[in-house]
Amino acid sequence: MRQLAEYTTRDDAGGTTVALAGPLTVSRVGALDQQLRTLGDVARVDLSGVTAIDTVGAWIAWRLSRGGEAEITGESDEARRLIEAVSGTSTVAEVAPPRPELLERVPEAVGTLITSMGQGSVGITGFLGQIILALGQTIREPRRLRVRSLVRQAELVGVSALGIIGLMSFLVGIVIAQQGAVQLQQFGAEVYTVNLTGRLAMRELGVLMTAIMVAGRSGSAFAAQIGTMKLTEEVDAMRTIGVSPVEALVLPRIFAAVLMMPLLGFYAAVLAIIGGAFISDFVLGIPFMTFLMRIQEVVPIRDLWVGMVKAPFFGLIVALCGCYQGMNVRANAEEVGLKTTMAVVQAIFMVIVLDAFFAVFFTKVGWG
Amino acid sequence: MTDNAAPLDSTMIAASGDAPEFPIVVEGLVNRFGEHTIHEGLDLTVRKGEILGVVGGSGTGKSVLMRSIIGLQVPDAGSITVLGRSITDARDDEDIDIRSRWGVLFQGGALFSTLTVGENVEVPLKEFYPEIAPALLHEIATYKVMLTGLPEEAAAKYPSELSGGMKKRAGLARALALDPELLFLDEPTAGLDPISAAAFDALTLELQETLGLTVFLITHDLDTLYEICDRVAVLADGKVIAIGTIPELLATDHPWIQEYFNGPRGRAARDSREMAGARAAVRSGQTGESA
Repeated sequence: MRQLAEYTTRDDAGGTTVALAGPLTVSRVGALDQQLRTLGDVARVDLSGVTAIDTVGAWIAWRLSRGGEAEITGESDEARRLIEAVSGTSTVAEVAPPRPELLERVPEAVGTLITSMGQGSVGITGFLGQIILALGQTIREPRRLRVRSLVRQAELVGVSALGIIGLMSFLVGIVIAQQGAVQLQQFGAEVYTVNLTGRLAMRELGVLMTAIMVAGRSGSAFAAQIGTMKLTEEVDAMRTIGVSPVEALVLPRIFAAVLMMPLLGFYAAVLAIIGGAFISDFVLGIPFMTFLMRIQEVVPIRDLWVGMVKAPFFGLIVALCGCYQGMNVRANAEEVGLKTTMAVVQAIFMVIVLDAFFAVFFTKVGWG
Repeated sequence: MTDNAAPLDSTMIAASGDAPEFPIVVEGLVNRFGEHTIHEGLDLTVRKGEILGVVGGSGTGKSVLMRSIIGLQVPDAGSITVLGRSITDARDDEDIDIRSRWGVLFQGGALFSTLTVGENVEVPLKEFYPEIAPALLHEIATYKVMLTGLPEEAAAKYPSELSGGMKKRAGLARALALDPELLFLDEPTAGLDPISAAAFDALTLELQETLGLTVFLITHDLDTLYEICDRVAVLADGKVIAIGTIPELLATDHPWIQEYFNGPRGRAARDSREMAGARAAVRSGQTGESA
């Protein structure tokens, strides 16, 4: 058991004397501090029994003497020096910023939310305006398009995603075919597993799952990269050199996402069908090649177009969310993380909303 | 000059317990990053109660040396003993005790950006001594903040609201939170204006004297070296090529040391020190003749 700091009190004519003893250091005073707070005013503080002291001990002695009002006796040279050092502090500062009452805080939070929503829509409109301007400039002067950056981003968004998106789609294809087969078998209609897998993959899942994966992989990367560049003042440096950050950073990313999404979506759909064919071979006894041949017969080419029309829009949304949130980083490192999360959540949410919209739209125009 | 040959027996140091005469002993330190060798058999001994300045050109491994000593960088070879405990042999759970006995000020302050300055100071206290009551925690945070020369209001501010100089002071307040015996400062005056830098030097010296600290100070600032360092260690070629007081270093004929201290900036720092000495002498009514 380690030795703790202790105290004894002694009453005499002049009032109470508190004698502190033992090691008066930060590791040994936790309990002593609590006990001393219960004492009334003291007249003298006796430090002659103190074996070791640091600034925390000095502070406790100083506080006990009510800022030097009570006499401090028996202190060592070291103790005197330390007490001198901490004696500049008279009051205790608030460590946390003042926290308003609940009744004030709630309306304030609601108000902040509403105004920030207003500012958000103004911000998004402004951002879209900048992009359209930059786009106009690029169309008039195609030289201004950063081809090198576009190719680099296309590689990051598309080529490096092939592995993970392929694996994901293959597994999704397996799940649809297997689960579909279990249900369809109850009607003796397991041969329709081919229709289910093929049409679902082409129309919906290929593109939708790809968009979600691209939002998680590239949308977040856009937000984090641009956000960090804002923090390190790289974006400001670009502006002073006369390079428009929207042209140099945002446009290549948006183009890359819009271009790569249809390709990735088609690739994902094909892999999902292969996954379905693979599992059908085992579960349903439909040979692999037969499954693929059937796909040609049962999936109308329109389904492919439905998927491919949606893909660039999804790519646009993912890239816009990522770049917008990245450009919105202002203060600190924490904000980069916050905005990155927001970019991904917004992108996925909006992709799904848009997908629902497209589903209704295509049904209405008779592509159902 | 290179008194690294001090008669040291590491077992003796370990046995001497709480206050070893040499708080930091580095022997045969080797650090490599891939093919690139940073330290090649580096020896360094820090004496108790001194302010040791560590200088060297960019890329000579000053920060890596500090990171090795505080256990952030596992060296490829060599032994490091801090306050009588071996850092190189210690397991993570063993060197907890030693971590409460040193304080580190990183170059950018490295304050936790989501906490206020006061809360930053409380973090190590809460971590090591959970039994301390919140009231005492706040008191300790307050006087530590004041000790480092910050105004009281700074305790409730977030690091992003502080200027560069204030951030360094806040980082120092956190480094001093546990009343350490050893203080590591990584370029404390870099990026500060000359007035703030001089004030920070004075603060370091004052705290070192009051609290009886041993200070390991990495710097490029020649004024800091002249003003507050007891000894200076020069890093080059992966070793400490010389260690001693500045006059001792000036007596060596190593070209880098000569260029460092006798270059235009080195001379300016020395002259200003002599001027200050002369002014002080004049003020105190003596003849203003200075060396």
